[in-house]
Amino acid sequence: MTAAMRPPASACPACSAAPAAEALAAAQAPSDAHVVLSLPTIHCANCMRAVETALSKVPGVHSARVNLTMKRVSIEADPGLGAEDLIPVVAGAGYEAHELDTGALSATQTDKAGRDLLMRLAVAGFAMMNVMLLSISVWSGAEGPTRDMFHWISAAITLPTIAFSGQIFFRNAWGALKAGRLNMDVPISLAILLAVVTSLWETSLSGEHAYFDAAIALTFFLLTGRYLDHRTRSIARSAAEELAALEVPRAWRVTQDGEEQVSVADLAVGDLLRVRPGGRMPVDGQITEGQSELDRSLLTGETLPVYAAPGTSVSAGEVNLTGPLVVRATAVGRETSLHRMADLVAVAESGRANYTPLADKAAKLYAPGVHILSALAFIGWFLYTQDFRVALNIAAAVLIITCPCALGLAVPAVTTAASGRLFKKGLLIKDGTALERLSEVDTVVFDKTGTLTAGAPQVTNTGDFTRNDLEIALALAAGSAHPLSASLTTALREAGIAPATLSDIAEVPGHGTQGLWRGQQVRLGRAAWVGGGQSDVTSAWLRVGDGPAQVFTFTDSLRDGAEEAVRGLIEAGHRVILMSGDTTRAVETLASRLGIPHWIAEALPQDKAARVKALSDEGRKVLMVGDGLNDTAALAGAHVSISPASALDAARVASDIVLLGNSLAPVPDAIATATRATKRIRENFGIATWYNVIAVPLAIAGLCSPLIAALAMSASSITVSLNALRLR
Amino acid sequence: MNILLYLIPISLFLGGMGLLFFVITVRTKQYDDPEGNAQRILSGQYDDAPKQD
Repeated sequence: MTAAMRPPASACPACSAAPAAEALAAAQAPSDAHVVLSLPTIHCANCMRAVETALSKVPGVHSARVNLTMKRVSIEADPGLGAEDLIPVVAGAGYEAHELDTGALSATQTDKAGRDLLMRLAVAGFAMMNVMLLSISVWSGAEGPTRDMFHWISAAITLPTIAFSGQIFFRNAWGALKAGRLNMDVPISLAILLAVVTSLWETSLSGEHAYFDAAIALTFFLLTGRYLDHRTRSIARSAAEELAALEVPRAWRVTQDGEEQVSVADLAVGDLLRVRPGGRMPVDGQITEGQSELDRSLLTGETLPVYAAPGTSVSAGEVNLTGPLVVRATAVGRETSLHRMADLVAVAESGRANYTPLADKAAKLYAPGVHILSALAFIGWFLYTQDFRVALNIAAAVLIITCPCALGLAVPAVTTAASGRLFKKGLLIKDGTALERLSEVDTVVFDKTGTLTAGAPQVTNTGDFTRNDLEIALALAAGSAHPLSASLTTALREAGIAPATLSDIAEVPGHGTQGLWRGQQVRLGRAAWVGGGQSDVTSAWLRVGDGPAQVFTFTDSLRDGAEEAVRGLIEAGHRVILMSGDTTRAVETLASRLGIPHWIAEALPQDKAARVKALSDEGRKVLMVGDGLNDTAALAGAHVSISPASALDAARVASDIVLLGNSLAPVPDAIATATRATKRIRENFGIATWYNVIAVPLAIAGLCSPLIAALAMSASSITVSLNALRLR
Repeated sequence: MNILLYLIPISLFLGGMGLLFFVITVRTKQYDDPEGNAQRILSGQYDDAPKQD
């Protein structure tokens, strides 16, 4: 059992086992025969074969199938065989593997809506091709019975197709009408229905003009827009799900018979839990056994680790650093402070719901205009000719010509192109309107810990020590897994220092490491234990024998691309603000290092949210970049928000855009791309309007033949799609 | 022009077959891993007896 008790492997240590997502926990049963592993490094046919062969050789594995698109392998195995048994097998074959929570992935595997939409699109496409071919002979001059026959065949193809493929529009339009609203689907449904009805009537009177081809082309192009829209969102959704699924929420419960691994959802108040060094607190509680240090940076933004001993209260989400702890749960699941903080998000998010996307603005102007225009055309022609049939024909032609075919494609085509480009750069657009909002940004607020900094400390003052002291420090630091020790070890080794020979090295959890050097006691650790003074930056103290305690100070290393991102944003004319819950000195140092003029330190979560709100009230459009739980309210309250993949689940849920890579460098780029995308959307609206301006007078004048309708519709849709593809 | 009476149904039938096959491929989830399928065909490993699912 010892091997199985390690904390689950994860791509980002910071995001392992966040208890925020209860849904994930609910589906987790470790005895499941179905295991899914994420394989971030596979890329070729050989990789797939290597992984599949290695896995299928394991006794108990029934089948293993790699999905290269998703970079995953799904394994069917005997119950009892878990991810912890299979990950080493894949690692042995030379590939990195991480367990994915199958419960959290279920939604991607059954992307029913997408398949349904694709089916309707395919049927509409097939019908459009056939009807268009029949129409070509009519346009090129088929007459009399031949024309009638072609019209009847077109009708026979079109009617069932529209009944099947057009359902989506009819249902949405009906829903909107029932609620007393108008949306884009109302003019669409009306145009399709009117076109089909008048065409049927015309055909039965063996008339010249039938708009079956226009009706079916309209359905096809609009479905294409819907499908693009759906795909963009489902790609984002599946990537977000994968991030969530990497955090398998498990805990180790201490019972009379020993320890058992349980799902976080099964925990109850009063349970005793063992939290290993490096593990995250699954619940709120109180320490009953053990000593250690806690990293609270994701909750408070403070980088200084806190000493923890029996009696100390802990909150869900904190990371245990040095010694094993036993915690008695005082609040679990929804009751934890982590969850209560996440509730702040819901409040802040209500503000954003007021944003009206460009497409809706266009639709609001457009829908009534079209209906009035076609009604006027009908009345005018009816009064002029006293012929109901002619008037209805012209009204139908107006509705078809003005139908928002290009409008329906204008936004999805651009957002698909832009999201695809940003996805390649490592940015995941979660929200449909995030791009539009991002393009309006003029103020950028950064969180410090974990966002601008990588969360890995770097020692700053090794020059203040004698070589002898450094050798002792290295020998002590090498014996501990504490992040400060690990960083000190790396720095000193790189400086070419060899460890001193010490005896009796022992780590005292929660305090530091001690040993004996030439009969003298040497200690490296917390100020209070070593006998050092106060320090307001992250620090470790070293004491040799009876000598004075000396301090190693640490600074957080910058995240990749942080400098470029800040410089790029300032150059682009944005106002950049640094907001952190950390100490004033730490924040000031970082701000001056990055050249950020405005900064706020020791900000509580409410302060951050209030500050963001104040900026919005001033009329500024704020982009918030943050990762911690203390940022979630601010993330949700900002005009648009970005969080890195290493952020807590709650922060990622609250933000519109997730940075998949490690670097911050794509942020200014993303704003530039979003601005260009919005420009393209406006251009597309312009193009669609121009087509209408040219074609509508023709339609009202009664000169619009089905040929002109088909040309205008296809040409405007194709122009709009091509314009979207120009986006770089 | 009587030939149309044969040709149009034939062309519709053939097109319909294409649509039917497409529907089958969607139903059997053949678009779930386009990249993997493209790579799998390059594998040099031949198996006379395909795996039983």
